[in-house]
Amino acid sequence: MDAGLDKVDRILEKETAIIDGMDISGSWNRMFEQRVIWDYTPELIEKITHLPGGESFGWCYQCASCTPVCPVDMVGSYGPRRLFRAVQTGVDLFTSADLWLCTTCANCLRVCKKEVDMVQIMPATREKAVLDGFVPEELQKAFEDTAKYGNPLGQPQRKRAAWAKQAGVDVPIMKELGRGVDILWYVGSYPSYHPRGIDASLAAARIFHALGVDYGILGNEEKDDGDSQRLAGETGLFEMLAEHNIGVFAQYEWNTMVVTGPHEYNAFKTQYPKMGFDRPLMHYTQFLAGQLPKLQDLLTHSLPLRVTFHDPCYLGRHHGEYDAPRALLQAIPGLELVEMGRCRENGYCCGGGGGGMWLDSFTANHTSMRLSEKRVMEAAASGADVLAVCCPFEVSRFEDAAKNTGNGHLRVLDILELLDMSMRGNGY
Amino acid sequence: MNIVVALKQIPSMADELPLNAQGSNLDFDEVDFVLNEFDEHALEQAVLVKEKSGGAVTALGVDLIEALDDVLYTALAKGADKAIKIVGDFEPGADSHTQAAWLAAVIRDLSPDLVLTGVQAANDLDGQIGPMLAAHLDLPYVGVVTGLEVAQGVAKVHKEFAGGVVADIEVDLPCVAGIQAAAKPPRYAPISKIRQIAKTAQIAEAEAAAAGPDAGVTLRRMAKPVATGRADMLAGDAKQVAAKIIDILTERGLL
Amino acid sequence: MSNDILVIAEHLDGRIADISFEMVGKARELAAALGGQVIVLALGSGLQAQAGGFASHTTLYLDDPLLAHYNPQAYQQVIAALAAAHSPRLIMLGYTSIGMDVAAWLSVKTGRPCIAYVNDIAVEQDAIVTRSQLYGGKMSAESATRADSLIVTLMAGAFAADAGRGATPIQPIAAPVPLAGLRTRFTGLLKPEAGDVDITTQEKLVAVGRGVGGEDGVALATELAEALGAVVAASRPVTDAGWLPKTRQVGKSGLTVRPKLYLMLGISGAPEHLEGMKDAELIIAINSDENAPIFNVAHYGATQDLFEVAEALLEAL
Repeated sequence: MDAGLDKVDRILEKETAIIDGMDISGSWNRMFEQRVIWDYTPELIEKITHLPGGESFGWCYQCASCTPVCPVDMVGSYGPRRLFRAVQTGVDLFTSADLWLCTTCANCLRVCKKEVDMVQIMPATREKAVLDGFVPEELQKAFEDTAKYGNPLGQPQRKRAAWAKQAGVDVPIMKELGRGVDILWYVGSYPSYHPRGIDASLAAARIFHALGVDYGILGNEEKDDGDSQRLAGETGLFEMLAEHNIGVFAQYEWNTMVVTGPHEYNAFKTQYPKMGFDRPLMHYTQFLAGQLPKLQDLLTHSLPLRVTFHDPCYLGRHHGEYDAPRALLQAIPGLELVEMGRCRENGYCCGGGGGGMWLDSFTANHTSMRLSEKRVMEAAASGADVLAVCCPFEVSRFEDAAKNTGNGHLRVLDILELLDMSMRGNGY
Repeated sequence: MNIVVALKQIPSMADELPLNAQGSNLDFDEVDFVLNEFDEHALEQAVLVKEKSGGAVTALGVDLIEALDDVLYTALAKGADKAIKIVGDFEPGADSHTQAAWLAAVIRDLSPDLVLTGVQAANDLDGQIGPMLAAHLDLPYVGVVTGLEVAQGVAKVHKEFAGGVVADIEVDLPCVAGIQAAAKPPRYAPISKIRQIAKTAQIAEAEAAAAGPDAGVTLRRMAKPVATGRADMLAGDAKQVAAKIIDILTERGLL
Repeated sequence: MSNDILVIAEHLDGRIADISFEMVGKARELAAALGGQVIVLALGSGLQAQAGGFASHTTLYLDDPLLAHYNPQAYQQVIAALAAAHSPRLIMLGYTSIGMDVAAWLSVKTGRPCIAYVNDIAVEQDAIVTRSQLYGGKMSAESATRADSLIVTLMAGAFAADAGRGATPIQPIAAPVPLAGLRTRFTGLLKPEAGDVDITTQEKLVAVGRGVGGEDGVALATELAEALGAVVAASRPVTDAGWLPKTRQVGKSGLTVRPKLYLMLGISGAPEHLEGMKDAELIIAINSDENAPIFNVAHYGATQDLFEVAEALLEAL
């Protein structure tokens, strides 16, 4: 958007003005000429508000509460208010790069008096763009890989449980187990395939084993949850994956599902129920926090680390869970937890949500800095040695960002890895 | 311009290929089938020709494993106008001769101007379908095509040879072309669109001819190839592997 | 039917291709077992001298200006006519851009069975037995036919070319079918565009396959290549996707290279790729699939994530 359009260009001001004996000359009597509102077109806004889910876009009354909390605005010019204004003044969001920068972190929604909901608006608008063939190449590749291989990393489906061989403890796979379990652990794509995600999965397997959890994983029957693809506009792909996963979940007896990732948590909590799946669900931090009395005894090694914690948008803001991860970190002997300025409800986004995970280069070309880079600088400024995370999207994002911003000393570790280190006394 | 694209599903090579108990062929119950990747290019090239020169694209294939619908819906989502599946009681390992005969019987009735198919498939033991279609239909054939344009009753194709050499060849329409690569990488069809189409689109059905011709070849044995040599495997994590590679290169004076 | 073997020679840009000699060498061996003769058929223009270099029993040579370059319909029709005239036991073509046009067509037109992707062929108790590389080299299929005439397409590089070289004088023949009014016409030859580096003259190549995933992966490989003093090459899927120009493609439809170092990242080793690089002096392959066929060809291999190894190499260099 042209920044000039945002300003009022004609200002009325009397050099000398005395009213009721009070001198209000100069800037004291400044008035702005009326805006030329008939220059604005409602059609482009209506294109969005007419979409199911896009309605609230039209409710924006330009109060700008969102501007200081939008993580993308801090590295560029963004936020719902600016988007509304841009569309109002002629930008077609469906073909604009702006369509792809929102990470659906929901910090704007938290402060919006009008409840303009980007978490609904973005997927609705993007779906239309996807159907019309306007998709950044990187994102399209993630869609294609997910459609073909069941995961956005493009790794073979049959190798989804290959990581488990390195765990050193038995990782039960439901198909081989032949009985029901208490906990069904939905591992997720990045924890199954990404080398740093696998590190967290291995830690989880050892922790579950030590706690004597009766659990199983779905192995190569599990496919990506599809939620981020949905938020990036590929609804059909999401539905296809959800149908598959729901079918698999129903094949086995289990009491509670535990997920590694907040995005999976969001999928199974808010979206899968619309398709008939509604079962007890916990993020791993919630599950392990519930096991703390027992887990505490296993955390025998002191980790003398200064640790700061990054609230994942989809665990914190989206689902209100701020305490479980912190309770786990505080249970680790020797560990000192320090908070960043932006934390909890106002936690800064890592940039990976809403499809941002697969738009890294695209986003980097339209912002002054990656969100992950901004965040690791905040983490480094907190004086921490370790940036602790509990979302599988974050480890690789923050590790790259730490290197890129000259903060290589900052270690990025999943809470699972920290727990595992304290339990086993190695790796630290 | 009436364009026909012949599509074939083949066992996915992304997965381990399981053999049957006799070791005479794959265990077709255990493999995933995917669209032959060259056929994806043939479809893309067909849609590109349509977009440039007008006309309609018909996608068809033999529904070997009763899983062709998704392939055809995807083709429609990518720009095909009509889809036909050839149905019957099939062996999942039906060979090229058999499939070509069935396809040709249906294509003939469509009176195409241009027939495109993938230049080859990874399981074409008895030869490629494209030239067989041309033989059945009495049409000229050119394969290993990496670009194709149509003008005034002639297809102008790029045909690739070894060493990156490309010949320009003109072929009178109607003709059959075996596509190695479309002029652009195959487009992505959003699953949203495929699912929309699946709800509304009709796939026409054609019965396969009663019995396919015999290819005259007996497959006696299938096995993983016997390794003629085996690489020295470098063990360890990525860092260790990298260090060993650097040792090898240094030793050979390559650094 | 005779017990003769008809070998279809091919040439590109005025030079008879090695595959022709490779086939003749193998045909000699088979002809001895079958008790037949090796008949080479060469179609060209002004290729008399080169066509006289086969170790065949007979070399039929058809000279016509129209045959200076490959013409699909001319080849199909001439070969069909000569197959009818000679009734050979076996017709050999390359699994090449030319052989792939003709073999399967001839099979349907003349009712002969056809076996493709052949990398070994022998006579066993009067039956011709072949081995084909299927599924991108992941499977080897042994086939046999008792039909009295068979068409095979042979993989380039599967047999030694020298065994097919000799000095049999050509026997010029007249066109068995009219060559005018064909429905396919050669109109020009395009050589690989100049301007980019010539990978065939490089001593060190870092070759990337589909496994690099995209332009970011290619950028990483390029960085690694620069650190090694090498140049980036690629397998077909990478150039098809437009991640690298066609001039970087190694293999069947690309270039043949013989560098001192061929470091492969994420290339599984399909036969089409092997054809272009198997003679490299040192082949090191990184592939996450332990069953990748490339490990049967490479000198050194590692089943590792290619990105991690590339990054580790960059760090160490």
